[in-house]
Amino acid sequence: MNSVILSKNYIEPPFCEREILRYAGCKSVDAELSALLKLCIKEANGKFDYKVCYREFHISLDGDVCDFGAFRLKSEKLAANLSHCKRVIIFAATVGVEIDRLIAKYGRLSPSKALMFQAIGAERIEALCDTFCDDISSEMNVALKPRFSPGYGDLPLDSQNAIFSVLDCGKRIGLSLNDSLLMSPSKSVTAFAGISDIEEKHTTNKCGACNQKDCAFRGAL
Amino acid sequence: MTFQEYLKNNNVYLDGGMGTLLQEQGLRPGEYPERWNISHSDIITKIHKDYFDAGSNVVCTNTFGANALKFSDDELDEIIKAAVANAKAAKEQSISAKEKFIALDIGPSGKLLKPLGDLDFEDAVGVFAKTVSLGVKYGVDLILIETMNDSYETKAALLAAKENSELPVIVSNAYGEDGKLMTGATPSAMVAMIEGMGADALGANCSLGPEQLRGVAEELLENASIPVIMKPNAGLPKSVNGKTVFDVTAEEFSDEVASLMKKGVRVAGGCCGTTPEYIKALAVKTADFAAVPVEPKNITVVSSYTHAIKFDEPILIGERINPTGKKRFKQALIENDIDYILSEGVRQQEKGVHILDVNVGLPDIDEPKMLKTAVCELQAIIDLPLQIDTSDTAAMETALRRYNGKAMINSVNGKQESMDAVFPLVKKYGGLVVALTLDESGIPETAEGRFKIAEKILANAAKYGIDKKDIIFDTLAMTVSADNTAAVATLKALRQIKTELGCHTSLGVSNVSFGLPNRDAINGIFFALALENGLSAAIMNPFSQDMMKTYYAYKALKGLDENCAAYIGAAESFTTVAAAVVPETKKTAEEFSSELQRAVIKGFKEKSGELTKALLASVPPLEIVNNEIIPALNIVGNGFENKTVYLPQLLMSAEAAKSAFEVIKSFMAGGEKADGKGVFVIATVYGDIHDIGKNIVKLLLENYGFDVVDLGKDVPPEAIAEKVVELHAPLAGLSALMTTTVPAMEETIKQLREKAPWCKVVVGGAVLTQEYADKIGADKYAKDAMECVRYAETVTQRG
Repeated sequence: MNSVILSKNYIEPPFCEREILRYAGCKSVDAELSALLKLCIKEANGKFDYKVCYREFHISLDGDVCDFGAFRLKSEKLAANLSHCKRVIIFAATVGVEIDRLIAKYGRLSPSKALMFQAIGAERIEALCDTFCDDISSEMNVALKPRFSPGYGDLPLDSQNAIFSVLDCGKRIGLSLNDSLLMSPSKSVTAFAGISDIEEKHTTNKCGACNQKDCAFRGAL
Repeated sequence: MTFQEYLKNNNVYLDGGMGTLLQEQGLRPGEYPERWNISHSDIITKIHKDYFDAGSNVVCTNTFGANALKFSDDELDEIIKAAVANAKAAKEQSISAKEKFIALDIGPSGKLLKPLGDLDFEDAVGVFAKTVSLGVKYGVDLILIETMNDSYETKAALLAAKENSELPVIVSNAYGEDGKLMTGATPSAMVAMIEGMGADALGANCSLGPEQLRGVAEELLENASIPVIMKPNAGLPKSVNGKTVFDVTAEEFSDEVASLMKKGVRVAGGCCGTTPEYIKALAVKTADFAAVPVEPKNITVVSSYTHAIKFDEPILIGERINPTGKKRFKQALIENDIDYILSEGVRQQEKGVHILDVNVGLPDIDEPKMLKTAVCELQAIIDLPLQIDTSDTAAMETALRRYNGKAMINSVNGKQESMDAVFPLVKKYGGLVVALTLDESGIPETAEGRFKIAEKILANAAKYGIDKKDIIFDTLAMTVSADNTAAVATLKALRQIKTELGCHTSLGVSNVSFGLPNRDAINGIFFALALENGLSAAIMNPFSQDMMKTYYAYKALKGLDENCAAYIGAAESFTTVAAAVVPETKKTAEEFSSELQRAVIKGFKEKSGELTKALLASVPPLEIVNNEIIPALNIVGNGFENKTVYLPQLLMSAEAAKSAFEVIKSFMAGGEKADGKGVFVIATVYGDIHDIGKNIVKLLLENYGFDVVDLGKDVPPEAIAEKVVELHAPLAGLSALMTTTVPAMEETIKQLREKAPWCKVVVGGAVLTQEYADKIGADKYAKDAMECVRYAETVTQRG
């Protein structure tokens, strides 16, 4: 398999205040909190750069071993996620470094804002991934499985190394992998999105696939 | 002929893409192309030869990712040896009659540098140094640093090249569609830094096709006094039947690059998707193009990691990061309170200064260490260029080395000793240096005397190859109360240097009013006079209304402010500030106090500070803390524990309380210190760079009266243990976000148990659980910041 690494840039997806508040750990909102949120959105606005690079791979499954040609990964959960798939999109997405700078700045000056910017960044990168998956799904006219990232379920974080080795993330979207296996810029995602052979629309509810039922950030199912 | 000689009078053709050609030859996804230098040397040599034959003057070795982060030292040596041999073989075999050179190709390390990523600047320099040394060892003609999308990494690579070779170095960056590097630098910012460090050419490659890079090329040409490189992609990659196809043809590519060469681009080639066919088309099309001469631009400029500041309009340099005469600032330096320094920086930025002066000199302080820390921390959160202000040349060098961009340097003077120490640093790291017109015989009283010193300084700088555009003269504002001709002499010298030497000037304006009442009035007018006499930059206090009024009014009056928009914008703030200083004498202390509680609970930061200030007139500081701030915090803290208040709200209150505490701290600075509850050392553990949680805990602990010593993030176990021992701290707090760094936490606890058995250790962070905390031997797992505070209180009460 010698497929092509492609890149896409997106315009800003609309902000979802409800999601941001969920990431900030707030179940309700008062006037001061709402003002803080709006202030932070205003400051962050225009500082994002929505980029994705991706590549299509063939996949064959053998029990819990997923073989992508260029590399193999052993994960029961990923295998289950990719069942019925013969092809998969491996992608890396980032919203750029400026949000990290805002988080760092306010981490020193105003942790409440830093927390809000964290939440905004989380909402932004998820919105970008949703936009990308919708876009690819309609461009290729296929259904995509819910995206699955290193660290989900039993897929170890070191599968990041494999993803980075085939995507040229640094050159394409300015994304790099740290020794800790987390990424810089921090508001970035790598994931597998299986191309489903059976009629099954991908869902934006990432939490549905997760076993951590008591998670504070769990979205409404 | 050497590369530099050839570059002087000729257009230089680089080669084109390598990666796409190797993929066609069977390079698999994930396979390192650099290994092909050894395993497929015939293919690599053939590609190089095809480029030489097509008309390239320079081929770049297949070493884009050949660095010590990816390969062992032995393999790296083998790879670079083979890569240079392949290029040399191609040079031998080529039928082209052109001048031919071999460039050691250096691409990005693959890691992002701190503070955004996890690679330390000096480690990056070390990584590039290895590659450079091997290139030199195996005999390349020049070094090409390319595809760098970060200003700091560009600096690390360029510094490594300069420190480890005598070869020509050309530097090319990858700009995005917004015309900036991924980490934000504009082309003019890159010109300022790269040219300042002495590269032989600079430019752009990769990311985009030639048409989309036109804007970048124009900005580079407008600013650079060295040749400009353009090495674009063949447009954007597309997938056609599983193969990569680029959307710009050789014909279109060569047309567009040729037109860039007409505009002045002197070094041209191709990046991803271009092939020998593209280079051939370009070389043929431009064969009779005369090389456009590279004109010196004479632009006085400094830069940060995002933008350049040109001295073509009055420049404000904020002077507040300086301990001279500031008790609160001195205290911050002694306590290593970096947050205070940062907030001084941010406040000045908000006032509209263009550059921040950074002076952290105090007796008994390790100035090189402190200055380096201050520069790095400021650059992590503020994108303004900095003026490194120190008389300690060791500190100056440490700071300049770490500085991301082209710094302003304060200062050199006419003493031989000063020039001998400072000019080599300016030459090596780049910079715009403030030159004080004084020398071994002191400060001349007359303008003529100062002018003569300026001439002497310029002559000495020239010996080091430092151009006069990189010297900015300070004719020294002396106190007019001591000598009433002092201001006149300063102004006269300013004018003379500006008109006769054509140099820029700066002044520490406020010295002029020393010893006089209402100093701002004198300062404001003196500033206006200085501007009219040719002052380019003022080191000044941006919180002085008179200074800011002069600045905005001057620009409006001199036609430097279209529609007076900046003046009108600023004038609004003049009135607000004026209103705010009207004393609110009618309210009683009681009214203030209930208002203060409410302000803290609601999280009104500024109001909490203002109310505290008003209260301090009649209420002792400790009473305000115990009767107002702490009860308010308790109300919010209890609400958080009962889940009626959420974390952001808790933090807003904590910040409001902090602003109240800050007022109290300033009020008491230099005087007696309130008794703290004890020292609490906190850190994010080694390997972990996440510090929001730790910062939240710090904020709340400080609110509750603990002396928090924050060691920052990514802190080695030994450093934490040492600090705890040194301070005999009863408490240490460790934070970790990732499972991968929990072992570092465990090791830290182990060391603390050995060296500081008295110390209680509390842990927290996203991945921690009670179970984990027990396993690694912590005294306490705190699920959130409030729980940490509550625990700390029980420990200190016991103690």
